[in-house]
Amino acid sequence: MTPLVQIRETIANAGLQQAIYASTGRLMDKRRHAVAPEVFPDYQELRSQANLLKRHTLEHLDFYLEQFENNVAARGGKVIWCRTPGEVADFILGLAREREARLVVKSKSMTTEELHLNERLEQHGLEAVETDLGEYIIQLAGQRPYHIVAPALHMTRYDVADLFTGKLRIEKETAPEKQTLIARGVLRQKFLSADIGISGANFLVADSGAVVLVENEGNARLTTSAPPIHIAVAGIEKMIPRAQDLAVFLRLLGSSATGQALTVYTSFLAGPRRPLELDGPDEFYVVLLDGGRTRLLADAERRQSLFCIRCGACLNHCPVYRKIGGHNYPWVYSGPIGAIITPQFHGIDRDPWLPYASSLCGACAEVCPVKIDIPKLLLDLRADVTTRTRRGLAERFAFRMYAWLATSPALFGFAGRVAALLAPSNTWIKRLPWFLNVGPVAKWISQRDLPPPPAKSFRRLWKERKRHAA
Amino acid sequence: MPREEMLANIRAALGCASRATATAPPVYLRGSRIPRGERIAVFFDCIQRLSGKTHRASSPSDACAYVAAVLEGRTAVASNAALLDECGITRLPRVASGVYERPRLRELCASSDAGITSADFALADTGSLVMISSPREARMISLLPPLHLAVVSEQSILSGLDELFETLPHPAGQSSSMVLITGPSRTADIEQILVRGVHGPGEIHVVVV
Repeated sequence: MTPLVQIRETIANAGLQQAIYASTGRLMDKRRHAVAPEVFPDYQELRSQANLLKRHTLEHLDFYLEQFENNVAARGGKVIWCRTPGEVADFILGLAREREARLVVKSKSMTTEELHLNERLEQHGLEAVETDLGEYIIQLAGQRPYHIVAPALHMTRYDVADLFTGKLRIEKETAPEKQTLIARGVLRQKFLSADIGISGANFLVADSGAVVLVENEGNARLTTSAPPIHIAVAGIEKMIPRAQDLAVFLRLLGSSATGQALTVYTSFLAGPRRPLELDGPDEFYVVLLDGGRTRLLADAERRQSLFCIRCGACLNHCPVYRKIGGHNYPWVYSGPIGAIITPQFHGIDRDPWLPYASSLCGACAEVCPVKIDIPKLLLDLRADVTTRTRRGLAERFAFRMYAWLATSPALFGFAGRVAALLAPSNTWIKRLPWFLNVGPVAKWISQRDLPPPPAKSFRRLWKERKRHAA
Repeated sequence: MPREEMLANIRAALGCASRATATAPPVYLRGSRIPRGERIAVFFDCIQRLSGKTHRASSPSDACAYVAAVLEGRTAVASNAALLDECGITRLPRVASGVYERPRLRELCASSDAGITSADFALADTGSLVMISSPREARMISLLPPLHLAVVSEQSILSGLDELFETLPHPAGQSSSMVLITGPSRTADIEQILVRGVHGPGEIHVVVV
């Protein structure tokens, strides 16, 4: 079942459409300027490097996880291994109980969204506060993140004003500067009295036992430095081999996500406060979550879904995301990356429609900083869906006919010439003749226009070229 | 045990046994090489574009005068970096310094108008300060007060990230925390409209001595 009703509502909501289009559009502009050759000359080279490094790390993931664990332990921290999101929540609750913790501050983490951590903590009487401004807003609104990088992307300042008035019992304030100051004031008190700080991780550095966090607000620095306990929750795929590899990844992440050469704060955190240091946590834990990730490792091609560094560029550039927004995707991760990892983490049967939520235009692959071939993976997943479900008689017959046609060169060439003769010569084809405009074909063409046939087919050009060469 | 099960599953998926080493691709560090003489100009240009303020001090006492002028008598907490002492900044009125007692330091950071630090390195091509936590530099001084003043020596300016990781291949070896600060704290979470000074300082001044 596709959530068609909600999708239609999103598309019919003019204000929401405007908010999504404007915000993703601004993010696209910022990225485009940041990766322009005159600003970032080795951008393409770094993409290749990043792809190579991620590929290598995942091929040796067992080795790097153990190396990481040893290095965390050597600095006085502890690694916790969790097979499921539930195990992560259990660990955090257990530790909170042991330390008699009451207040938990959180910095932005998509991984903890996989565990519904805030709900779990609140069920056990703990107060959990999101501290990233966008996350704080959506926590007050009782929603989930709309976008990997900009969680409150769908809300306007007026929505925020109403929310703050209702939840914080303050006078209505619609200026973002003032709204930010209000949040700063509330959250500053939380930081200074929190018992535990929970962060995600943008990277785990194997040769250092370090957690790397990038952010602009300073809430991740406060979360990881002010409370006596820091817990970082990360998927196992966040590993990179060496601190030096950050020179590749940090530039790519900042420019792809928000168009910044570097984000305002990059924290490289290894273990608890050292004996003579003046501040920082006394306890340091890194929770490594599998949560379906190992499923993807077995297939060398599909493994690349785990290269993702969560920059959000594929969402901003996706014509489907920009229309249907983030909340119509069934799980934590939205957009093209969500469409490929959700079915792979949970199995294709849960949301079989998801790999079809794409026009296969290829924009996602073009902007991906680690070169994940998202359209290819979407096609593979579609193949999974079709091989698992029995298709109708007509569809099977149609594709058998097509296979027959497409595997006999002479017939294919002939069919192409006939189609070109029947089609109008220089306008886009928006409608088919009545005898073709039936059943699934009619549905298909109702959503698509076909380009006019070329003057010469590819096969003909190819033949001519060979003749010239000879 | 989850640990053994997870590792076994990963090895099964990869079709391999336990390994003692992995040969990673060569380190990729190239990036820009900015000649020493041009670094200050590039560094300042980046900071200004991030709406930070800059000052090139002709002498340690000039750096001190600049800091005093920015503070205008406001309260500040200074780190224990030797450079601040050499410039005389730690002796300015209403500047708390030489604080090693942890609760008191935290209290001062939470209540002062400004935090004054040095930096271990600066990165010219991104306008970043590299802050390594130590008994000389606490994490909170550059974080809690709404105004951050950093005084750095000219020699500490590197070209950029690549040179930083060449100079410092293992940052975890010496500290629990290395933070790169690139401009004032900011957000664009409401309508992608830029607002400065969210949780960290909204105003940053960098003085090169």
